Amino acid sequence: MSMDQGPRNDRPPLIEVEGLGKTFTLYNQNDAVIPVMQNASLRVAAGEAVALTGESGAGKSSLMRMLYGNYRAQTGSIRIRHREHWGDVASAEPHAILDLRRETLGYVSQFLRVIPRVSTLDVVSEPLVRLGVEPTAAQEKARELLTRLRIPQTLWPLSPLTFSGGEQQRVNIARGFAHRFPCLLLDEPTASLDKLNRETVLDMIEEAKADGVAVIGIFHDAEARRRVCDREIDVSSFAVGRTAA
Amino acid sequence: MSAVDDPTDLTLGSEGSDASVAEAKGDEQIADLSSDAGDDRIDETIDGYNFAYLDENTKRMIRRAILKAVAIPGYQTPFASREMPMPYGWGTGGVQVTAACLTPGDTLKVIDQGADDTTNAVSIRQFFEKTARVDTTTRTEDATVIQTRHRIPEKALTEDQIIVYQVPIPEPLRYLEPRETETRKMHALEEYGLMHVKLYEDISRHGHIATTYAYPVMVEDRYVTDPSPIPKFDNPKLSNSPALQLFGAGREQRIYAIPPYTKVKSLDFEDYPFDPGQWPQACALCGAEDSYLDEIITDDAGGRMFVCSDTDFCSRRRAEQDAAATSEEGEQ
Amino acid sequence: MSQEVILRVEELTKLYGARVGCRNVSFELCGAEVLAVVGESGSGKSTLLNCLSGQLPPSGGSLSYRGANGHWRDVLALSEPERRLLSRTEWAFVHQDPRDGLRMTVSAGGNVGERMMAVGARHYGTIRSTAADWLRQVEIPQDRLDDRPTAFSGGMRQRLQIARALATNPRLVFMDEPTGGLDVSVQARLLDLIRTLVNQFELSVILVTHDLAVARLLAHRMMVMKDGHVVESGLTDQVLDDPQHPYSQLLVSSILQT
Repeated sequence: MSMDQGPRNDRPPLIEVEGLGKTFTLYNQNDAVIPVMQNASLRVAAGEAVALTGESGAGKSSLMRMLYGNYRAQTGSIRIRHREHWGDVASAEPHAILDLRRETLGYVSQFLRVIPRVSTLDVVSEPLVRLGVEPTAAQEKARELLTRLRIPQTLWPLSPLTFSGGEQQRVNIARGFAHRFPCLLLDEPTASLDKLNRETVLDMIEEAKADGVAVIGIFHDAEARRRVCDREIDVSSFAVGRTAA
Repeated sequence: MSAVDDPTDLTLGSEGSDASVAEAKGDEQIADLSSDAGDDRIDETIDGYNFAYLDENTKRMIRRAILKAVAIPGYQTPFASREMPMPYGWGTGGVQVTAACLTPGDTLKVIDQGADDTTNAVSIRQFFEKTARVDTTTRTEDATVIQTRHRIPEKALTEDQIIVYQVPIPEPLRYLEPRETETRKMHALEEYGLMHVKLYEDISRHGHIATTYAYPVMVEDRYVTDPSPIPKFDNPKLSNSPALQLFGAGREQRIYAIPPYTKVKSLDFEDYPFDPGQWPQACALCGAEDSYLDEIITDDAGGRMFVCSDTDFCSRRRAEQDAAATSEEGEQ
Repeated sequence: MSQEVILRVEELTKLYGARVGCRNVSFELCGAEVLAVVGESGSGKSTLLNCLSGQLPPSGGSLSYRGANGHWRDVLALSEPERRLLSRTEWAFVHQDPRDGLRMTVSAGGNVGERMMAVGARHYGTIRSTAADWLRQVEIPQDRLDDRPTAFSGGMRQRLQIARALATNPRLVFMDEPTGGLDVSVQARLLDLIRTLVNQFELSVILVTHDLAVARLLAHRMMVMKDGHVVESGLTDQVLDDPQHPYSQLLVSSILQT
């Protein structure tokens, strides 16, 4: 593993970020302006995993959220290879971003956010159903993932909102891996997992890479990071006032 | 109706009174009336009134409403209903329509629930005997104008007849949609799904369409109409009738019509077709099997009998049967 | 979500004399898209919804709808019969108070059946079984089919209203605070149900709500309204997590965590 040297040249790039800049303006707090980052650039190729590093508050999660379109970038572009063309998350219309998210861009956040009452099985199979996969086939895939991630079968019909933190995290991961997204954003996927499940999740990430998925992740777990990531990008190098590497 | 336009014809055309028309007007007449109070001679007391009670302008107004109603079958035409010398609910709408239709040469029949001899029928018949001095009859085929409350005579009507229905609530959608603004719009736009909701509710609650009177109909494929509270048994008679059918609602100030030979369809569902109903027994008096029967309680022990509601129909059948029996006896 | 636009709103304005109901509202709605309109009371969101659904004539602007047949229609130029036909076939409205959308004296089956009968259904057996099927869809027990909504709980009434609205398979549904006034647990169930139905029938929805959590869980996109104007619009999670306009920030920060 090495510091950022750009993507490997033998694989096509799937994610290209150029000159990304972000500030928060808090109008209700005396118009306070909080600069987050400037001129952030990175490229990730198919089958490659890149780790975002940097101290707490450096803007790893903010960058991740910008990549997913959850935060709005003020400058720059976030180009994602979508079907046969490129989509720019930074400037796309909402429906284009939703289209990207549905098919191309997966995101496993640290928190599970679902409608109360929806069963775990449905939560996990939903990304596939939305893509038009037969509900029975989607559920079959969901069962497979839940089994692999050791969620007891008795919990499948229940809402994951009642689960422990570790169980919720695994449900979240199962949901993120149900569809093979070509681009995958992982925010601390192994944070609250026991050793056995951590191994499983890392295996799954490696399998995704082998399938040609471009992965961007935040891993506090240095060992995990070393195992699955090809490169690291220090987000603090994008801090305002510093010139990006 | 041309004779009606000249009020002088009215009193002259009827029998009896020696009083000239000129005398019948003005203050003098009022004095006469008061002096005649308590006098049984009707002829003199009615001379203060126009033919058939209503003044000519009012009758013209009502006739215009009738013409409009005839032109738009099933449509409820508003009219300026007058106060009549009887309470609402006693047929004030029907009486006004009848008054606007009557000519001196007409023969009037009035029935209430099929009977010629019940209070409402008798008083309305007497009202027109007094105010129009027209001939009256109980024989259906002899009448040129029939005012009815809640029945259609058993005997088929003819092209020479007008039947006038007394209507309490002219709006068939009223109980489902209380807003008049909304029901008018529904009629205008032919939005009649609601009417079937009522029938749906009937079936879901009773297993069949339990509406047995005021059963809604579709007139000439256009307006859903309340046929007044006649039994649904009479509904088939509404359709394609040779007679002009007029409906008057006094309190609600509406007149509507079913012109002769108009298509009238009782609303129903494909799988629950309209059924006019029938009785398991015949009339206990005349033996008719195809007439509408009333249930009569005969004693306090639960005794009952079913008899024709159309008294004219029933009594004449019995008279014919008696005559036949008598002639048979005579022959023997 | 299909990318095909089915509703196009341009510069829609409603004035009540000198007072602004809503002003210069423009947006497009795609097939199977859920758009939330949020804002506090008096922000003009209900006025906007009533203008869009044809219940209130706007003072200006244009509104076009692409029907199931693929043709664009100028909604504001429709005659009243056309508009009313549209609102009981391809469009539907879900009121905040179920009593505004239901006939309280008519059975549940009759309520659902009315929309079918209004467009010509005349077979009792079919109407009844379809109504029963809709009750199942909205999780109302079959044995309540002949009960009146007066005998239903608030949540059940709201679900019945939704069944009634969907009975003629509309494409565009207007919802005015559909979960307002319900207990939290009942709300969750209703939200889940609405989301399931929206996905299953690929409904386009314009949802007015003051509850940002409802917007987050149901809407693809949202518009924030203040004083009759749209101050911000965009992807739902983007507007909620990274609001750009001062008022949106105030709105988001003044609620409990959604």
